[in-house]
Amino acid sequence: MRFGVVRFPGSCDEVDALLACRRFGEAELLWHKDRDLAGVDAVVVPGGFSYGDYLRAGAIARFSPLMESVIEFAREGGPVLGICNGFQVLCEAGLLPGALLTNRSLRFVCRQVDIVVENPDTPFTRACAQDEVLSVPVKHTTGRYYAPGVPEEQVVLRYAPGHNPNGAQDDIAGVCNAAGNVLGLMPHPEHAVDPLTGSADGGRLFESLAMAPVA
Amino acid sequence: MSSSALAPHRELGLTDAEYDAICDRMGREPNPLELAVFSLMWSEHCAYKHSKKLLRELPVEGPHLLMGPGENAGVVDVGDGLAVAFKVESHNHPSAVEPFQGAATGVGGILRDIFAVGARPIAVLDSLRFGELDSPRSRYLFDWAVKGIGHYGNSIGVPTVGGEVLFEASYEQNCLVNAMCVGLARHERLIRSAAAGIGNVVVLLGARTGRDGIGGASVLASAELSDEDASKRPTVQIGDPFEESKLIECCLELLERETLASLQDLGAAGLSSSSSEMASKGEVGLDLDVARVPLREADMEPFEIMISESQERMLCVVEPALLGELREVCERWDVRATEIGTVTDTRRLRVFDGDELVGDMPVEALVDDCPLYDLEPSPPSAPLYPSPPPRLAPSADLDESLLALLGTPSIASKRFVFEQYDPIVGSRTVRRPQAADAAVLSLANDGGQGAIAVSIDGNGRRTACDPYTGAVEAVLECARNLACVGAEPLGLTNCLNFGNPEKPHIAWQLTRAVEGLRDACLALDVPVVGGNVSLYNEGGGGPIYPTPIVGMVGSLPDPAGLPRIGFAEEGHAVALVGPFAPALEGSELEKLRGRLANSLPAVDLAEQASALAALREAVRAGGLATVHDISEGGLAVALAECCIEGGLGARVTGGEEVALFGESPGGVVIAGPREAVEAVPGARVIGEVGGVALEIDGALAIPVAQLRGVYEGAIPAAFA
Repeated sequence: MRFGVVRFPGSCDEVDALLACRRFGEAELLWHKDRDLAGVDAVVVPGGFSYGDYLRAGAIARFSPLMESVIEFAREGGPVLGICNGFQVLCEAGLLPGALLTNRSLRFVCRQVDIVVENPDTPFTRACAQDEVLSVPVKHTTGRYYAPGVPEEQVVLRYAPGHNPNGAQDDIAGVCNAAGNVLGLMPHPEHAVDPLTGSADGGRLFESLAMAPVA
Repeated sequence: MSSSALAPHRELGLTDAEYDAICDRMGREPNPLELAVFSLMWSEHCAYKHSKKLLRELPVEGPHLLMGPGENAGVVDVGDGLAVAFKVESHNHPSAVEPFQGAATGVGGILRDIFAVGARPIAVLDSLRFGELDSPRSRYLFDWAVKGIGHYGNSIGVPTVGGEVLFEASYEQNCLVNAMCVGLARHERLIRSAAAGIGNVVVLLGARTGRDGIGGASVLASAELSDEDASKRPTVQIGDPFEESKLIECCLELLERETLASLQDLGAAGLSSSSSEMASKGEVGLDLDVARVPLREADMEPFEIMISESQERMLCVVEPALLGELREVCERWDVRATEIGTVTDTRRLRVFDGDELVGDMPVEALVDDCPLYDLEPSPPSAPLYPSPPPRLAPSADLDESLLALLGTPSIASKRFVFEQYDPIVGSRTVRRPQAADAAVLSLANDGGQGAIAVSIDGNGRRTACDPYTGAVEAVLECARNLACVGAEPLGLTNCLNFGNPEKPHIAWQLTRAVEGLRDACLALDVPVVGGNVSLYNEGGGGPIYPTPIVGMVGSLPDPAGLPRIGFAEEGHAVALVGPFAPALEGSELEKLRGRLANSLPAVDLAEQASALAALREAVRAGGLATVHDISEGGLAVALAECCIEGGLGARVTGGEEVALFGESPGGVVIAGPREAVEAVPGARVIGEVGGVALEIDGALAIPVAQLRGVYEGAIPAAFA
């Protein structure tokens, strides 16, 4: 499995994502000005503040040359994982339903939360059991997911009861597209790949991708 | 000529004697641009004219030191070819005027100091002081300063891993925002700021130059605050973390390619100080053309361009042959790069506006010739500060006293603060805030064997009681926090936050505090690698408490299995270690009772130093599950925190009020399997972990859930 991790100016967690991917396969950074996905098998759009996010989270990144290629890759069925700002970018790009609003607290929040695997039948969760609980950190200001009418089978991850940090609709933490090959989530699995730094549970998502048949 | 009440030099904060000295060095009267540059370079903020003589007393040599005071940041060796750069700096007055941007740009500024020496910023810590939380002004400053720190730090991908916040009425008008940054570099990537190579090109990197922050160093940082602070808001800089994020990556790539001859950040006094300091260190001159500087506003005067404190700018020197490479890297990162000058052999800073020479100043006069003043210290004969208002009835029993202490904002959980920061980006953070007394960062992904630990500490109220002992205690507390995770201190940075040093009592506080820092550093054999002085911290209500803030970086061999603050397991033995001699003078309990002491018990530094070494070894031995320093609120508060963090009760013997709530440097609570605890030299077992309440001698018994409710609820309640 070769992962490609997108790097926008203003990305923050791209090196963390790169290190996480390398625990389960090969990985390289993809530069936002390039159009070439370098033949990777899966794309990770990482967290951070792409292009500063001064307009609206993810609104500019969605138009970058690289994202045009990522959108095409996703439409052809390639697995794309958007984490935090990456989730916001994928929503802006129309690859995922819904939008992310400012947290109900109106503040940035970083804390370790439990998330529940609602759908283990995706390329991102196939290593997990149904209802498996993962301890993973969140850190964001714009993470309140809102998507009226999102089909239940597209809800892949949900905050455990009492763990919703932002007021997201129906405790939704992660959602996929109808085809199941694009996943966005607010929690940061790349920051939960080593017990030394808190938890290894987030590694289950990268492990799942590495298990997936190459697209 | 220099006596008129409206003389421009006076408006710029220079004395008549200083103005005469400038005329003398120049051989003529300075023109307005030159006077503006001099007024900033000779301000307290840039020239340290009231503190430089005193700071020479601090020890600056140590076995791990790679770069000491004088560079943009101090640097120590952490082994495996890795170096750690760190520094703390204040942004007090800007934050008191506009807390969000003031605090944000405080973070931005200290980050630039770190990558200016070639190190990647890997951690930020903050030491904050505000008035009491029942004051609306203090809540406003606190809330927005925290938001500002989060806004900048979170957006830039550098974790905020620790810090401290204390609330005292003396900071009501003049809050303190001290930010510390820690960076990591391979030894060979370190770079100095001395301009080098006659004929080399001076290039300005980063943001355009605007009118923000004009005169900030002299107007805000070097005079007391007054009621007209709102009118000073235009002198507070505006931060753009996105621009800085690009600038960091761009500069680090330029250093990786060895494109640069030298690098310097633009901080206080902007282009004036960065260019003259580069020239001074390199013993060269610089010609700058302000007409080339990219501007945010078209009609800026040359003097405004020279003194603007617009953020996110760096100055570098590059060989002409490498300009193409520099442009290529800057283009890749979308960072503006403008050739604005050349290195000369004139030893003069010459400023051109196109072809016209608009300023011509000897570099040495700007950087080295500012008159230094002797302080005139005099101990006060009467208390300098009013006693705090009593908040706890004298009849309060032990339970009530403990709950009152846990609910006092200075002691209560700072979750409200640290949940607004990202402490984990970078994948190095082994211990997050409130998990251990020091933040711990693994170096495994950077090619290192072990980890570093970092902490920042200070206690203004105790320093007000006794400036010498208060400063000693700040150093000891910081070192103890490191020892609690098994780390050995490698170097120290400090920020001296004081009132007006021209007043004899403030001069006395400053002098005694520096003596305390010196003696503690010598006793622990820790060099001072750099720091910052913030004077004139006085609002309408008088001077702030004297507040020396100490930041330390230490190293430890193995970050796996480190102890935490929380109790870990039922049945673990609980013990006290260290030279703990609790006393009520200067304690939080005394404050709640409305008293402020005028002395603190003396500290035996040799005893403290050997206790720290013993604690460090005990932690490194690996058997302890819980280690927590006893500080504000004394033993009972430390035990309560161990219970709250671990979700477990404890039954211990503790003694009476002084033993439970008295404070003293040197005491530490440890817990773990009985044989591991008893193996620690000098450990006095006082009880064991278990149950759902903290019980002390049967005289005090409070359920952990209630302790947690008070401890976690106090600060959010102030905003409810």
